[in-house]
Amino acid sequence: MTEKRTIVIPGTVLGEAEKRKPGTGTFRENNNIYASRLGIKVEKGDYINIIPLSGVYNPSVGDNVIGIITECQLSSWMADINAPYPAMLHVNQVPWKVEFGSTGQYLNVGDSIIAKIGLINESKKIELSMEDRGSRKIDTGIILDIQPQKVPRVIGKNGSMIALLKKYSNCWIFVGQNGRIWIKGESDRIDFIAEAIRKIEKEAHTVGLTSRMETFLKERQK
Amino acid sequence: MNKNEIQLIKKGKRIDGRRPDEIRPIDIQVGILNRADGSCYLEWGGNKVIVAVYGPRELLPKHLQDSTCAKVNATYNMAAFSVEDRKRPGPDRRSREISKVTSEALSGVVFTEQFPRATIDVYIEVLNAQAGTRCAGITAAAVALADAGIPLRDIPVSCAVGKVDDTLVIDLTKEEDNYGQADMPIAIAPRTEEILLLQMDGHLTMEEFNTGLELVIDACKKVSEIQKKALLNKYGSSLG
Repeated sequence: MTEKRTIVIPGTVLGEAEKRKPGTGTFRENNNIYASRLGIKVEKGDYINIIPLSGVYNPSVGDNVIGIITECQLSSWMADINAPYPAMLHVNQVPWKVEFGSTGQYLNVGDSIIAKIGLINESKKIELSMEDRGSRKIDTGIILDIQPQKVPRVIGKNGSMIALLKKYSNCWIFVGQNGRIWIKGESDRIDFIAEAIRKIEKEAHTVGLTSRMETFLKERQK
Repeated sequence: MNKNEIQLIKKGKRIDGRRPDEIRPIDIQVGILNRADGSCYLEWGGNKVIVAVYGPRELLPKHLQDSTCAKVNATYNMAAFSVEDRKRPGPDRRSREISKVTSEALSGVVFTEQFPRATIDVYIEVLNAQAGTRCAGITAAAVALADAGIPLRDIPVSCAVGKVDDTLVIDLTKEEDNYGQADMPIAIAPRTEEILLLQMDGHLTMEEFNTGLELVIDACKKVSEIQKKALLNKYGSSLG
């Protein structure tokens, strides 16, 4: 993140298509590459990418997300994962043996879960899976909503920011790729860390955030 | 509609002192609504418009969904207090027409194929109206769409050209709209000059139409610069 960062808006020319390749948030037209979203221009290898500054969560397979159950069906649940589409969780994809028609005994409307996105088809039907180790039902703590685009900043480079937050808060923190953060710990610590996360979200597009956050956390710790 | 009732152009200047090719002052603020995904407040002369964008989100009821692309659903609404006489609240023939043409104009620039089965809702609320509200609405909606992070080919922009006292004028005022000979609002994608909306009320000769189109495209480009500046201002100032 040391290169020059420029903010671009949709329709801005980013470069010639002969020299570079269009990456995420861009499109090609008449031998030129244009930005399709409001964001920061980043050149990586041959590709020109846009890191969006706003927008909804775009689900992709393998993402760990925090979902909220919206519907119990006979052999599946529907969950809201903060994406434009609802996600389905089938009883075959959960770690419990669920009898036909008894889905409500395990997960009910309003319950929160950590799950992995298992499948997305071309018409954007999403299937969740709770079979891997990290997945579970959330029973305590709070869930904080942030803009999904700010998730990488909350995690930081190689998890530096999240490590910092954990160190100063003594809380259990899980960051879902869909912009939901689960925090478990003492209530005053939760408030403290929620304030810090809001600050990160607000200043996500600025440089040198991790070091600034460290000073902020140190000061507030006293 | 008697044009002799009022003299709209005196010594080459219009009723509000503008030149024929001059637009009214524009002020755009981006991201003013916390709960919306994208929003914009625009003041264009006496027009005051607020736009909120929500989505892309699931389109309901399900039978309206298109499995190949998203729908852009614009809703234009004039507040009861936006005009001199109280406007009867709720949708009417005019606002339904404007909602329809605005949706179509905006669909022309959105990458709808990236969001099958979804809807992008655009709510345009006119708080104060003084001629050219559909142009103001589209211009503000475009900024709000970009603010919402929706993939766009370009940021559309809109402006009107008209004929008053046999002179082509840009961005008509209320008097020019009421007593003029023609009014033609257009919306374009400024990068390609592709026309997204073109409506005309009144009469223009072919020659006047062509000259008017050139004039209004130039005006649109000026408005486009203001849109871009507003968007960059929101984030640019705090970028390290």
